[in-house]
Amino acid sequence: MKGINMKRRVFQSVATIIALSAVLMLGACHKKAAPPPPPPPPPPASPTASISVSPDTIQAGQSATLSWQTSNATDVSIDGIGAVQASGSQSVAPTASTTYHLTAKGSGGTQDATTRLTVTQAQAPMATTPSPTDEDLFGQTVKDIYFDYDKSDLRSDQQADIQADAQFLNQHTNINFIIEGHCDSRGSTEYNLALGDQRASSVKNALVSAGVTASRIKTISFGKEKPFCMEENEACWQQNRRGHFVYQK
Amino acid sequence: MFDSHNSTSPCHPERSNPIRFANQIAQSKDPFCKRSTKDLARRLCNNFAILTFLTLLLLATTCISFAQDWVRTGSGLGVEKVRLAVPDFKPSSADPQNTALLKTFNDTFWNDLDNSGVVELISKSFYPLQVPGQPPEVTFGVWNSPPPNAAMLAFGNLSVAAGKLTVQGWLYDVKNTASPLVIGKQYTDVPTDDAARLIAHKFADEIIFRLGGGIPGIAESKIFFVSDRSGHKEIWAMDYDGSNQRQVTHQLSISLSPRISPDGSRLAFSSLTKSGWEILMYSIDLDRLVSFPHFGGTNLSPSWSPDGARLSFSSSRGGHSEIYVSDSSGGNLHAMTTGRGPDVSPAWNRKTGSQIAFVSGSTGLPQVYTMEADGTNQQRMTDQGYAVSPNWSPNGQFLTLAWTRKYGPGEPGSSDIYLMDIASKQWVQLTHDGGRNDFPSWSPDGRHIVFQSSRSGKEEIWEMLADGTKLHQLTFTGRNSQPNWSWK
Repeated sequence: MKGINMKRRVFQSVATIIALSAVLMLGACHKKAAPPPPPPPPPPASPTASISVSPDTIQAGQSATLSWQTSNATDVSIDGIGAVQASGSQSVAPTASTTYHLTAKGSGGTQDATTRLTVTQAQAPMATTPSPTDEDLFGQTVKDIYFDYDKSDLRSDQQADIQADAQFLNQHTNINFIIEGHCDSRGSTEYNLALGDQRASSVKNALVSAGVTASRIKTISFGKEKPFCMEENEACWQQNRRGHFVYQK
Repeated sequence: MFDSHNSTSPCHPERSNPIRFANQIAQSKDPFCKRSTKDLARRLCNNFAILTFLTLLLLATTCISFAQDWVRTGSGLGVEKVRLAVPDFKPSSADPQNTALLKTFNDTFWNDLDNSGVVELISKSFYPLQVPGQPPEVTFGVWNSPPPNAAMLAFGNLSVAAGKLTVQGWLYDVKNTASPLVIGKQYTDVPTDDAARLIAHKFADEIIFRLGGGIPGIAESKIFFVSDRSGHKEIWAMDYDGSNQRQVTHQLSISLSPRISPDGSRLAFSSLTKSGWEILMYSIDLDRLVSFPHFGGTNLSPSWSPDGARLSFSSSRGGHSEIYVSDSSGGNLHAMTTGRGPDVSPAWNRKTGSQIAFVSGSTGLPQVYTMEADGTNQQRMTDQGYAVSPNWSPNGQFLTLAWTRKYGPGEPGSSDIYLMDIASKQWVQLTHDGGRNDFPSWSPDGRHIVFQSSRSGKEEIWEMLADGTKLHQLTFTGRNSQPNWSWK
């Protein structure tokens, strides 16, 4: 309550001061009323400026034509291009979307005009490096297969993933790949390497059954040598019990 | 050590102590253990060696004063260990190198004898001020009566002269003042730290051989192991006491499971190569890799036959991990096991060469099995849990293995080192102190076991007497695992 009263009081004071100031200023202005000025000379004509780009959307690597007109201007410049003629056109090929800012200065003042050229990134199928795309797709699409503790047979909840993996791999027959067999950290080194080997083989066999050519697949067991997760709990162990796909070519 | 031929009185109750043994067994809650008790009692007299061994092992775990008695030969059972006084060897020349070499020699010599488990070393605080460096300086009366009350005295001297290190050492039976000399030896070598250590090992081995029932000492043996301290898992070697650690392989990959050949000339191991996991062969003599065939699939865990002529390992070249046997050059390859479950970690019977122990996951969790070396007569040895890493005792009667008896999600069990009598499947737990313990490997004299343990927080190599006592850590740098003790 106190705070609200305080605030109200402050507002009242401020309002009073503003009102008084306004009255004083009005009074002052009134007193100093100037004699009427001499008639001004005709003002210099204000410059005019316009700029446009055609087309206003291009793909990276293509070019567009920038056109501009000005009048009553002595200095005409475009940011990023520099001083230009009063009117003209120029070809531009920026790699990213650009706003062109035209400034026309004359004795009558300054006039601005802007136009924007939108550049879209190339999505052409004939990109310069096609192989990373395959690898990206592989990385995004192919899912690792997870296993139960001390088991190397495929779990029923992993069947959908392995079928999806097989479908992608059957559509991209140029991709060769490695299946790494991994185990959690609990067991013994040598037994885990053998278990990881069986896991990698299980995944491979399932893919081969689904039509993937065996010669495209290499298997390696890492046992517990290269864990994905270093903590000692079931969530982490599950992360480490997997058949992991690695893109080869 | 476990042979009973020296035993003068095989069924002497004082020595085998069956009552205490039975009590021990009866206290055990484990039904597997109980079942074996009757069988064991039945075989009391005809299987004396095993019984004695296990009796003393069990006693050792509860009764400190008996802690190391079991390592004695049959004739020594029930007898106090020899009280041995080992005064520091004295310098016998004024060469400035003496001090450093003397310290190396004296430390190594003392540790060798202390680790042997064969003698009782008498604390140096009981020694007289004047200790002998030469036979004429020995005053029998001050050694063979309290406070030292020694039965034996090891003494000697070390000198560096004309670029040569010379050590003279004697072992005296100080109770037998008329003819005290048991051993008198002189060693000459280059004046280096390594040479001083080697001479200490040799003289200690002489004494252990004489006082330990004629079984050669292990002070000159080596331990091979895996270390990541170079940035990759490579095979390393060290002296049995942890000194002189050095890198053997430089594969810049992952190298595991070192196994030294019985003659010490070749080291087999498994390594991740461009074509997958393969068995590689390293010549210790030539100090480089020598050729060994690549079989394809995943090839792991080699093991040598005791004659060094054959090699067993696991391979998935046929689809599943199975135990294979080849000759030592990799030729004449045969699969010994079949089936779906992974079979891995073969270990040859070091005494007879006629059996192979291995690990199989064919029934679920891995268990230890034995079979004849031709693959017949497969016998499951472990009844439950997670059992891996079998290693055969030098006398062929026992397995040591890593076993988590209660294993699985939600089970708090840890992997410990166990010892199992092959004939009865009776077992004894040797480690109890937490951490994951794995890859036990027997010393050539059968008295010690080296293994890996995470009890210190990370995987390191530890050593103990084969009854679980005298536990000490051998490695401290990086993570170290899978120790393999040389055959001699």
